[in-house]
Amino acid sequence: MEAISISPHIKRKANGKISIKTGNKSERVMKWTISTLTLLTIMAFLFFNYDGLDLAKAIPETAYNLKVMFLEPGLSHFTWGAAFYQVGITLGLAFLSTILGAVIAFFLALMAATNLSNKWISKTVRIFVAIVRAVPTVLWVLIFAIAAGLGSEAAILGMLFHSIAYLVKAFSEAFEEVDKGIMEALKATGASWWHIVTHAVVPSTFTYLLSWTFLRFEINFSVAVAMGAAAGAGGIGFELFMASGFYFDMREVGLITYMILLLAIILELMSTRLKNRYFPATAK
Amino acid sequence: MSLVRVENLGKSYNAQTKVLKDVSFNVEAGEFVSIIGPSGAGKSTLLRCINRMVEIDEGNVVFDGQDVGSLNKKELRKMRTNIGMIFQHYNLVPRLSVIENVLHGRFGYKTTLEGILGKFTEDEKEQAFYLLKKLGIEDHAYKRCDQLSGGQQQRVGIARALIQDPKIVLCDEPIASLDPNASKVIMDYLKSITMELNITCIVNLHQVEIARDYSDRIIGLSKGGIVFDGSSYKLTTDSTDLIYGTTTPKVQKRQLVTV
Amino acid sequence: MNEKVMRNQRKWQTILFAGIIIALTYLSSDITDFNIVHGIATLPDAAIWIFSNLFVTQESLERLPKILGKLAETILMSIAATTTGTVVALFLGLMGSKTTGTSNALAMFARFIASVARNIPVVAWALILLLSFGQNSVTGYLALFVGSVGFLTRAFIESIDEASQSAVEALRATGATYFQIVYKAVIPQCLPQMISWILFMIETNIRSATLVGILTGTGIGYSFDLYYKTLNYNAVALVTLCIVLSVIVIELMSNHIRKVIL
Repeated sequence: MEAISISPHIKRKANGKISIKTGNKSERVMKWTISTLTLLTIMAFLFFNYDGLDLAKAIPETAYNLKVMFLEPGLSHFTWGAAFYQVGITLGLAFLSTILGAVIAFFLALMAATNLSNKWISKTVRIFVAIVRAVPTVLWVLIFAIAAGLGSEAAILGMLFHSIAYLVKAFSEAFEEVDKGIMEALKATGASWWHIVTHAVVPSTFTYLLSWTFLRFEINFSVAVAMGAAAGAGGIGFELFMASGFYFDMREVGLITYMILLLAIILELMSTRLKNRYFPATAK
Repeated sequence: MSLVRVENLGKSYNAQTKVLKDVSFNVEAGEFVSIIGPSGAGKSTLLRCINRMVEIDEGNVVFDGQDVGSLNKKELRKMRTNIGMIFQHYNLVPRLSVIENVLHGRFGYKTTLEGILGKFTEDEKEQAFYLLKKLGIEDHAYKRCDQLSGGQQQRVGIARALIQDPKIVLCDEPIASLDPNASKVIMDYLKSITMELNITCIVNLHQVEIARDYSDRIIGLSKGGIVFDGSSYKLTTDSTDLIYGTTTPKVQKRQLVTV
Repeated sequence: MNEKVMRNQRKWQTILFAGIIIALTYLSSDITDFNIVHGIATLPDAAIWIFSNLFVTQESLERLPKILGKLAETILMSIAATTTGTVVALFLGLMGSKTTGTSNALAMFARFIASVARNIPVVAWALILLLSFGQNSVTGYLALFVGSVGFLTRAFIESIDEASQSAVEALRATGATYFQIVYKAVIPQCLPQMISWILFMIETNIRSATLVGILTGTGIGYSFDLYYKTLNYNAVALVTLCIVLSVIVIELMSNHIRKVIL
């Protein structure tokens, strides 16, 4: 025991006690991140604008509203048929922006994948995508609403931008994982770039592309609901906005919420199944 | 009195298949016992019944005079401090340092709060360094475990088990993920644990040769039942045939071809 | 022969798949009144409009301090919603994980809460809360908070299950208590992954905060809506630029942190 106490491998703290902490960079950065975020959170609560907030009234009221919403849902301003039609519109918006986004993203991703394209084109596409992603979808929709005139075109164009940005990132990563050997072998036989894409890249990544596209569809559904509520894009989101903001009808809000919740859960289950089937390892 | 008494142990994970059937054996203090058998024979489950990492369905396991199956949560924790365990995949916390992982072995002796705050006495820390030195990895003490080789990580696992001050060490395929050199080092350490510290070892192995070289006694397990139990020199080709059943004809055939 | 049948089958599957996609596209265009030709035709006009209207002028720059104040409010709101959501999600995550969960009923409960919180869109929460909480930061904060709890719980459950199963088994075998295992094995091992998810959530929340702000009249979303409705497009451009820059800066910072810790 004596000998061990003076072993050169033991690090000691200032008070002579044996230290068991390693203190590497990653630990420090994590500590720094956590403390910074905690500090910012405290600041946030200090600087919040609390205008017109009366918690004593707001909490029981919200509890009552939630109770009415979830326990006594019902329709009063429109019929079941209309409700399903509105859900259809929301799904339609989500579907169109996803499918058009997937087609465009496919070509952009070919340009962005480092193994299929040259460095400069790839970089340009990536920067373009990063900027597009930084503008929130609702701003794109609102900007297009004035620029292209109101209507579903504006909503779909706005949602399309983010879908493209998201899918380009996912698709190009999938393309980059294609086995180098296959591409080399095809190249050696004198195949052209398009031959390689259609016969090696697409077949080996198709299921990935499909899963990612479906995942985006799931996201686009909730985005479409949001755009209906915030940017007048129509669909069930707009009805939700009207029911809560104009009619103050909690029973109708409840029913609409149930419809959205049900669809969202179905879509989530489907995409989880697709994900587990096609890429369990990278599932996120 | 035997340190471990297993009486008519039975275990099943679902209604159709029984993993263990009517298994009985005793292990004396200071023995080095190997459990051999093909994968799926129930070796891992048998080992985990001894410290009740899996619940016991039928029969009894008695450890150091206590009926393992009837212990409550607190008593079970207390009993487990006396049982070290070593795993095939080392089961360390990869992002933590070697010394932190070794000291994890002391948690059973501490209150929840002491453990959470990481309060270890100087004696415990010195003991940890002593064990690391014994195992030849003292200079890696402050490295993260995921930076070590497999053999080194397994030595951390051994140190974590020994710092518990156990009466017995259960080893579940300790060398199945290691290369032959590292395997030898680990087996030598396990052997010296029994020889020098008089700690009992029960080791699951699938290599018959290694079991024969190191253990005092071998238990052969096949399809959930014991088919051989005796001193390692008594293990004949016939008994290995019995343990590994169907594989023998194939081996003979292959020999014919290669000869 | 067999191969031919299979190839035929494959061919029919592809045709069927393409047919369904085309039919759905047609149906969607019909129901949403979307005309792809018209959509593409408006693009050049839209681009011209954007370039001729959406630029920052000297006059709009005078509004910068006010806009930055609102931007700070939005960013702080997003961070607060994420960090407080993390605390709740951590407990739900530990309850819901197979490795650290203590009972099946609790695990089901945690997963159910997370699923409802996640799948009701943030806009719905914002609209519901707006009714009683009024037009202030707390409404937006709570809406983002609920969404964050839902998303982070799912992410944490996955991280915990993935990262710590083996170490948990080993510590259980040494006789460690539940909270010792959680604090000394599960959290140290999952922390980098968790921080990465938290940073991702902050990025997402800042984008959603703009949307929530438009609905609840708070933060940068309110500024955008105000200038948008008063047709002050130069200010709209400035607001957009501020959002873009802050999102990019935060993304770069998160990426840097991720690179060090993961």
